[in-house]
Amino acid sequence: MEQQKKIGCYICTGCGIGDALDLKALKAIATKEQKIPVVKDHALLCGSEGVAMIQQDLDDGTVNAVIVAACSHREKAAEFRFDIDLMDRVDLRDKCLWMLDVKDGDETAEEDRQMMAEDYLRLGCVKIKKMNIPDPFLHSEGSKDVLVVGGGLAGLTAARDIAKAGYNAVIVEKSDVLGGKMNAMHKVTPDNQPPYRELGENFIGALISEVENDNRIKIFKNALVSKTSGQPGQFDLVIKNGSTTKELRVGSIVVATGFDPYDPTKLPANLGYGTSPDVITSADFEKMAKEGKIVRPSDGQPAKRVAFALCAGQRDKEHLDYCSGACCIYSMKQAMYVIDQYGDDASTYLLYQEIRTPGQMEDFYRSAQDKGAVFIKGDVAGVSGNAKGGVSVKVRDHLIRNNENLDVDLLVLATGMVSTVDTLDPNAPSPVGTGRDELPGSILNLQYRQGPSLPRLGAAGFPDSHFICFPYETRRTGIYVAGPARRPMGIAATMTDASGAALKAIQAVEAVAHGVAVHPRSGDLSYPSYRPEGCTQCKRCTEECPFGAINEDDKGNPLFNPARCRRCSTCMGACPQKIISFANYSVDMISSMIKEIEIPEEDEEKPRILIFACTNDAIPALDMVGRNRSSISPYVRIIPLRCMGSLSLVWIADAMSKGFDGVMLMGCRHGDDYQCHNVRGSALAEIRLSKVSETLQRLKLESSRVKMVEVNIMDAETLPVVISDFVEQISNLNPNPYKGF
Amino acid sequence: MKEYTFFPGCSSEHNASAANMENSVQSMCRMLGIKLNEIDDWNCCSASIGYAGGGQLPRMALSARNFALAQKQRGNTDLVATCAACWLAMRETNERIEEEAHIKQNLNTALAEAGLSYDGHIKTRHMVEVLIEDVGWDTLKSKVTKPLKGLKVAGYVGCQTNRPFGVCGDSFENPQYLDRMIEATGATAVPFPMKVACCGGALMFSEPEKSCVLTKQILQSAVDNGAEVIVTPCPVCQLNLEVYQGLINKTLGTNFNIPVVYYSQLFVLAWGGKWEDAALHQQVIPAEPLRRFA
Amino acid sequence: MAYDLTFAKDVYKKSEMGQWIKMCMQCGVCAGSCPLRAHWQHSPRQLFQMVRAGMRDEVLKSSDMWMCTSCYNCIVRCPRELPITHIIHGLARYAETEKMTDPQQPTRRFAVEVFWKNITSTGRVGEAMLTMRLYFLDGLGAGIQRGLEMKDSAIGMLKTRRLNPIPFRGKLKGFDGMTKMLAKAAELEAKLENHA
Repeated sequence: MEQQKKIGCYICTGCGIGDALDLKALKAIATKEQKIPVVKDHALLCGSEGVAMIQQDLDDGTVNAVIVAACSHREKAAEFRFDIDLMDRVDLRDKCLWMLDVKDGDETAEEDRQMMAEDYLRLGCVKIKKMNIPDPFLHSEGSKDVLVVGGGLAGLTAARDIAKAGYNAVIVEKSDVLGGKMNAMHKVTPDNQPPYRELGENFIGALISEVENDNRIKIFKNALVSKTSGQPGQFDLVIKNGSTTKELRVGSIVVATGFDPYDPTKLPANLGYGTSPDVITSADFEKMAKEGKIVRPSDGQPAKRVAFALCAGQRDKEHLDYCSGACCIYSMKQAMYVIDQYGDDASTYLLYQEIRTPGQMEDFYRSAQDKGAVFIKGDVAGVSGNAKGGVSVKVRDHLIRNNENLDVDLLVLATGMVSTVDTLDPNAPSPVGTGRDELPGSILNLQYRQGPSLPRLGAAGFPDSHFICFPYETRRTGIYVAGPARRPMGIAATMTDASGAALKAIQAVEAVAHGVAVHPRSGDLSYPSYRPEGCTQCKRCTEECPFGAINEDDKGNPLFNPARCRRCSTCMGACPQKIISFANYSVDMISSMIKEIEIPEEDEEKPRILIFACTNDAIPALDMVGRNRSSISPYVRIIPLRCMGSLSLVWIADAMSKGFDGVMLMGCRHGDDYQCHNVRGSALAEIRLSKVSETLQRLKLESSRVKMVEVNIMDAETLPVVISDFVEQISNLNPNPYKGF
Repeated sequence: MKEYTFFPGCSSEHNASAANMENSVQSMCRMLGIKLNEIDDWNCCSASIGYAGGGQLPRMALSARNFALAQKQRGNTDLVATCAACWLAMRETNERIEEEAHIKQNLNTALAEAGLSYDGHIKTRHMVEVLIEDVGWDTLKSKVTKPLKGLKVAGYVGCQTNRPFGVCGDSFENPQYLDRMIEATGATAVPFPMKVACCGGALMFSEPEKSCVLTKQILQSAVDNGAEVIVTPCPVCQLNLEVYQGLINKTLGTNFNIPVVYYSQLFVLAWGGKWEDAALHQQVIPAEPLRRFA
Repeated sequence: MAYDLTFAKDVYKKSEMGQWIKMCMQCGVCAGSCPLRAHWQHSPRQLFQMVRAGMRDEVLKSSDMWMCTSCYNCIVRCPRELPITHIIHGLARYAETEKMTDPQQPTRRFAVEVFWKNITSTGRVGEAMLTMRLYFLDGLGAGIQRGLEMKDSAIGMLKTRRLNPIPFRGKLKGFDGMTKMLAKAAELEAKLENHA
């Protein structure tokens, strides 16, 4: 395709670019040095005339690949949107002009600025020369149906919404009834029922019949998913119902398996579970209320005085470290049952840490107070049996600093929710090729090299997703978790969550059908390919892919599943043989770019620092540095990487042998509160970097020449200092001896 | 000539503690062409402390009687009060009569014993509301013939001319209207962080040692911010800040001598009124900084 | 029995605005907004929780609600829009009707024994009499002592015609009607219950 590429380079001279830079020299770089056939400039390239100029060249076939040398790629994206596959933006304004403090008449500074602009233009030219038109991954036998695992509130809602949107859903429910935990509910909190003050009627029956009567929804009861293989668009399932199995192909998956209540026998002893039959859990109480009479289990006497211990075993490092988000309002609801049943004789007490009322539930809280429920901020210090029946709860009241025995007929413990998403170790050995295709406890039995389960995050064990930007996602493309399986939540949140997951599942099947990435690089047509003859079967790519996109064959060669891929290029950075590449992104591309940057001679005393910056956070932060007109050193050169995970150590070596004095990597925060869009990218880059000192030693260079920093999109204020500190540190070293080689 | 039903309140009686407010308000209204028709035979509003001896119904019955007399004598003309506590007590009673049927019924049963009745519908307004809403800022400014240029004033709004009802939608935490009035006279409103702090109110009578500390902090803030004079709309604040300065100096070791005047006194002076018209001769701490404008 | 709701229910019914106490969410903004915070033992929110905890004696014998200056800061700041100032006034009054207050509580004495008597004896406040009665509550010696403390101020007010030298004042024309009205109101007050 190289020979067919006709590149046009368009330089904008607006926003002061033309005044600050030597346009003639710039154009000479593009035409003479980089041999770009069409090079034009315009005083307002983003204006309709400028855009029309480019479009004209595209229309008449003069060019089919475009370099726009103007502002940051984050600016004027709509104006510079052309229907072509090969395009790059060179930022002469935000990350060049606006970042450099050039006083009028300061010739040295003006020269430095010109050098930076010329380097950036070179980078753009090389990059586009190294890009190829991607050939999208398309297949003809894809399915757009969605599997929904779990037939409770979340699953039913998701299936209904999928069907409403015109797609087919398949529900796999392990029990013999639909409805899940909702079936046990006496009444419900009025999450979606203004004015949110009274108990709501349980609506699950209506939802079940809506789903059962929808001919777009197929339901398997008493069924499990015993095998899931393939990739989005072509997930091949084995659904097992007793001894019979059925094979099925779906496009994407919603996991809505709900929660398990925390095991009350594990609760701290002070809560008294097991010491008296009159200490019960919320679930026990709900069951009793549904059956009718609220009584003391010990002697069947009416339970008119009822205490509710909220956060039972929750927000507690020894038990559940988190808040389940629904127990406060759930307990208020239960207090109302007592008030409804016993009227003026009822005394209800909610012992709380903090009352949390998501959504409109503050009104429900007020209503509970108005009906007479008493709220006590305090702890249960102990529970003892009571001679008259019921229990005596020792309450430490933080509000009035009181220690009193609260005598009640019943103590109800609001235990928390535990996600049901696979409790298997995500790093368990692969079931592929082992012959075990059904692992007890696994929901999907994924036939992935990285294990049968969805990766979890942290001690809480919720399915891992990019919490801020892609909360519905899991680390398995095309598989979405909804409801309390994803994180603890109440009724309203569960339904919203299920609708969201339904939409994501539909988005996934459509994206796959168009051969594009789902996210974060939505629309990207490229996908990884490799040169099999170069592979040493080191398995780094299959191990490091954050999304489990790569399986292995028997010999350990990678088997790419393009529809599982998010195009982060972590595999490319991981590969020591440099054999994995994308049509529009490769190790060679970045290496060639590095080599194209001009390095001044040692005696010019102009060091060069290379910055690899993540396009998700660091690049926007750098754009903001420019917009704030905070100045940085004119000696730095910035190369955006699509993810730090794509970092190849070869580039560090390239930069050092080219004569760069230092290299800085700007990646996202990693750890449990990571911000990397690709989950593991920046963490993996850091691990790789720990091995870079070997490379530097081989080159007889100080290891302090390479530094990685975590950059957040909000760091524009501090970034100039981070950069200048590094530039100063590098300036204290001798110049890189490889300059000029 | 605009007319209002007028409720002066006990402290505005002849020879009472807010006689300087009453006299200056009367001058101010004459200059504005406002006629205040005092309710004949009015009684005490029961003030904010009346709850303790009076409870709900007896306390509110006192205000209800004033409304009943006002309605009988002047119809439903807006009722104007100058005292913060009167304004609050009257307005609260009227609101509860209009909003709570059982309160209205009980109060009318009591009023019947005095041969009176009241069914609501009289709007109770504070004099500052009349100035802002009916007279308007432009008039307040245009009447100035002797601008109080250079005079540094701390505008002390206090509590009840501000909370709980608020004046013309102004902020509870940082109301602006009094500063605007000061600026309207040509004077300078100094920054005054204690402008809505409590002076101790009626507690000055029963627990002066607690209230004096509160009043001291307010005086200190005014002095620290360079005020030559404090201006207030409230007779209790005025009394506590002015008359108790001696006691504060004695018990808390301070040395305050700052005059405390009413907004009405500033207006009368700035509009060219005489010293006596502004009742400035009735200050316990002489309003010396205002002399230069007399 | 701790947390017995009998007292709370009485307060909800009988104390002015007492029904609002159950709506308090214990945030403590009232406590931070009270000018007398350096002096009371229990903040408004604590008093409310004590009501809910059934602590009748502790609440009704407390001096705390008598420290209210009626500044209304708590009322405008309460995020739950409770009429806190009125609730506090109501609790003080309720304690008084239940004969639980400390007779020596200075503000109670002033408010109940001096102020209310002063205004109902003529129909208006007689400031000189009010002050004198207050000063002499603790006997002649204490009265003279306090009078002397305030001597300069009193002379200043007399001089500026802001204190009536004659402490006795006439009654209103409608004094008798007013008195009957107040008697009727007090009679109705005994039967008054809060409407939720």
